[in-house]
Amino acid sequence: MKTTKFLSLALLTGTLLVGCSSDDNDPEVINPEETITTMNVTLTPQGGGTAITLQSQDLDGDGPNPPMISISGSLAENTVYDGTVELLNETETPAESINEEIEGEAAEHQFFFIPNNTLNATIAYDDDESDYVSAETGVNFTSTNPVGISFTVTTTDASTGTLAITLRHEPKKPNDGTLADAGGETDITQAFTLVIE
Amino acid sequence: MKIYIFITLLLLIPLYGVSQDCNDILTGQVMDYHNKTPLENASIQILGNQKIVKTDNKGKFQIPSLCPGLYELEISHPECTTTFIKVEVDGITWIDIKLEHHLEELEEVKVVGDAVAKKTNSSLEESLKLKTLEQYSSGSLGDALKELSGVSSLNTGANIVKPAIHGLNGSRVLILNDGVRMQDMEWGDEHAPNIDINAAGTISVIKGASALLYGGDAIGGVIVMEQARIPAKDTLYGKSIVNGVSNGRGGNITTELIKAFESGWYLRGQGSYKRLGDHEAPDYVLSNTGVQEIGASLQFGKQLFTWGWDAKYSYYNSEIAVLRASHIGNIDDLIRGINNGQPEIIRPFTYDIQNPRQEVTHHLGKLKFYKRFEGLGKWNVQYDYQNNRRFEFDVRRGERDNQASIDLELTTHTFSTDFKWDAKELYELQFGILGRFQENFANPTTGVRRLIPDYEKYDFGAFVTGEYRLTDEILVDAGFRYDFNRIDAKKFYQTSRWEERGYDQEFQDLIINDLGTQLLTNPIFDYHNFSTTFGAQYAENSGSVIRINYAISQRAPNPSELFSDGLHHSAARIELGDLRIKSETSHKISASYQQDFNNWGFTLEPYANFIQDFILLEPTSVEFTIRGAFPVWEYRQTNARLLGVDTAAYIDWTGNWRTDHQFSLVKGTDTENNSALINIPAANFRNKLTFVKPEWNNFEFSLESQYVFEQNEHPDNITAFSPEQQQEVVLEINTPPEAYHLLGVSSKMEFPFKNNLKLTTSLTVSNLLDTNYRDYLNRQRFFADDLGRNIILQLKLNY
Repeated sequence: MKTTKFLSLALLTGTLLVGCSSDDNDPEVINPEETITTMNVTLTPQGGGTAITLQSQDLDGDGPNPPMISISGSLAENTVYDGTVELLNETETPAESINEEIEGEAAEHQFFFIPNNTLNATIAYDDDESDYVSAETGVNFTSTNPVGISFTVTTTDASTGTLAITLRHEPKKPNDGTLADAGGETDITQAFTLVIE
Repeated sequence: MKIYIFITLLLLIPLYGVSQDCNDILTGQVMDYHNKTPLENASIQILGNQKIVKTDNKGKFQIPSLCPGLYELEISHPECTTTFIKVEVDGITWIDIKLEHHLEELEEVKVVGDAVAKKTNSSLEESLKLKTLEQYSSGSLGDALKELSGVSSLNTGANIVKPAIHGLNGSRVLILNDGVRMQDMEWGDEHAPNIDINAAGTISVIKGASALLYGGDAIGGVIVMEQARIPAKDTLYGKSIVNGVSNGRGGNITTELIKAFESGWYLRGQGSYKRLGDHEAPDYVLSNTGVQEIGASLQFGKQLFTWGWDAKYSYYNSEIAVLRASHIGNIDDLIRGINNGQPEIIRPFTYDIQNPRQEVTHHLGKLKFYKRFEGLGKWNVQYDYQNNRRFEFDVRRGERDNQASIDLELTTHTFSTDFKWDAKELYELQFGILGRFQENFANPTTGVRRLIPDYEKYDFGAFVTGEYRLTDEILVDAGFRYDFNRIDAKKFYQTSRWEERGYDQEFQDLIINDLGTQLLTNPIFDYHNFSTTFGAQYAENSGSVIRINYAISQRAPNPSELFSDGLHHSAARIELGDLRIKSETSHKISASYQQDFNNWGFTLEPYANFIQDFILLEPTSVEFTIRGAFPVWEYRQTNARLLGVDTAAYIDWTGNWRTDHQFSLVKGTDTENNSALINIPAANFRNKLTFVKPEWNNFEFSLESQYVFEQNEHPDNITAFSPEQQQEVVLEINTPPEAYHLLGVSSKMEFPFKNNLKLTTSLTVSNLLDTNYRDYLNRQRFFADDLGRNIILQLKLNY
């Protein structure tokens, strides 16, 4: 008798446990904080003229859609361009600028600008870590390794080729300027097909 | 309770007859507890008296010439546990004594020494004894299980060791931790069982799904961890083990203390702590591979012959660092990692556990009650509760290093009851039911899209198993189980992913909220699974045993197989589940032939496992994102075939020298595409030479050789366009590492002291020659060599 009672009680408890614990609250949506959806590169000719913009936009982040690439125009021969990179997370409204985070961790980040051998252009860094305020210490970095948020492009003869822009997190710093030597993790990488005419 | 009173009454009812001289007689009958069969040849001794009498073929005995008074009897029988009974003798006193006859039924009552009771009759089963487990005290469950033939592991470094049976792992391998089925997110490749190896007394491995009592979905097999038995006598004992480990420059300590009473009450406490720093490969430090592990359990209850209960709580926490160099950004980083030959990041040795790392906490609570019904059998009822919390920390940008990327909490309640009807001599029947509720909560504070969604899961199962003794030599068994699973999830999909998967064609009605770029969906899926097994065991008196078993089992897809959706930074891959996945069905035929001669013996175990709708995760294509290209690993279903054989042999050369030999081979084929399955263990060959000299303080020395072949059957590599190299490249993610050979030695000595105090010292060296090697089933093989030489010094104190 006692066992029967115990069994029914136990079964009842089990049923109650199952019965009570469902709730209909919907989970909260997560908008990924770290995603970089957009890279805007602005190339402004020194001495005036129309700036060229290069954009890679991947609004679904690690979703299936590939990034959309747009290039506003072609570059001129024998011209020096001042370049800047802007990174955005457009899954948030308003879009969040990622530059701030990169600048705050400038010593742990570096952009690499690699033209292929058909593009008659050379790229030089126009900034270093000491230009930025460390998020950790609140004062400017004292090291002077390149970062690449601003850079210059110097074109020579007319040509067509690609310029690959890669952002590495925690690369070896200083490095010899090649991706292989730098290592680290790729946060962003995009090749743009450029025309110099 | 009633039975208890009844027995007491029986004991106390004196027969007529009064005598003041010592002419009283104690007489009675000894019989089986279950079916009242008289037991012949049982010894009855009066304590403090040299008189021993034996029962005749009717189980009867007589002790003449006793003085009136209270006596304590010790009743023993070759097939039963020894029982003590108090009896008051007055005149001619009659007593009925019931002994538990079936050895395997005695587990709860007697202290089983080295023998481990078999869980099944006809399937392939092996077990690890306490002695072996203690050897692995500083390692993990998966490390110890690899001692058994046919058991391998899928590793992520040295700390995350996921056991695999006959080539299958994860949700296909059930782990029973002291009667509780572990619910610890076993679905992930980089999730190891949340178990402290020091908490187990014995571990049995059933290589297949035939132990239906535990579950119907054990397509790989079942790992049953049990506690050592606690004797029902007044005693206090325990042990402590301390290990010093050279590779990792740390060690562990574990202690267990047990207090038992003759009345059946007992209390047991156990605790362990492990701490290791960075491990080392022969040529470099494996940066960020430290580990910290804490395990503790407390158990108490009352165990009597006729009834008993047991309450247990156990806690497990581990913090595991994951090789820094294995955290990568995209396929170009992966290619660089593979081509480098050594990890990109090698730092000086440290004990610090940095990102990437995992932190897992597991709580387990259990309440169990059992009662034996005279002439019927034993009834068990159990409730258990588990809470599993998993954090995974990635290398993140900004100030997010202390913000977990994965934060999941899995809570499980299980209620189960079964009845074992074993009163009949020739057959035995067991049946039971189970109800389970599980809830997963994915914390949104991670700022990373959920890898596993919030869900609620309901399970119901019912089984019946039976065995029948056909002849003295042949035992047949059979079983049937039904399982119902319902999963009710709330998951966000990226709209682009939803469409890319084609879900907008089939599952549009699951959407409960459209947020533009994301969709909230509510998939509710039901699965009905049926499992059946039958088999036979033929045991000849000459020492040969033949077992044959056929098992059909079905497994419902786990949450990972259904819902995975996103980027795994640790593996630089996008993993995609599929809502269309249905249950997989396995047909496994296994046989075993075991023969023991005077000085040697062998076991041969061939098996074939045919799995319909086998669920597997494989690289299929490449997707481009702004971060570069990523291989896409998709869960898909196919038909698969696993063929394998495990062999083992031993030879006793002289009393002191012995050799053991083991060889395991398994071949996995995707029969739909006629290609090799991924992550199938390579053939391996183990040989061990042991020297024992009991006269020298139980001195034991062994030399072990392990040869692992190259896995020559693997899926093809995939090609992908590399944005960095601006060309198609081969991604060598399926290329297996070369064969390797490892040597190990170990030695042991025992030093007994007074008062049951015993010190055991042992020294073990693994990878003696500091060989450089990589293992196909280690997910970090792309980035770094496996462990170099490791020296473990162990001190064990029994008290």
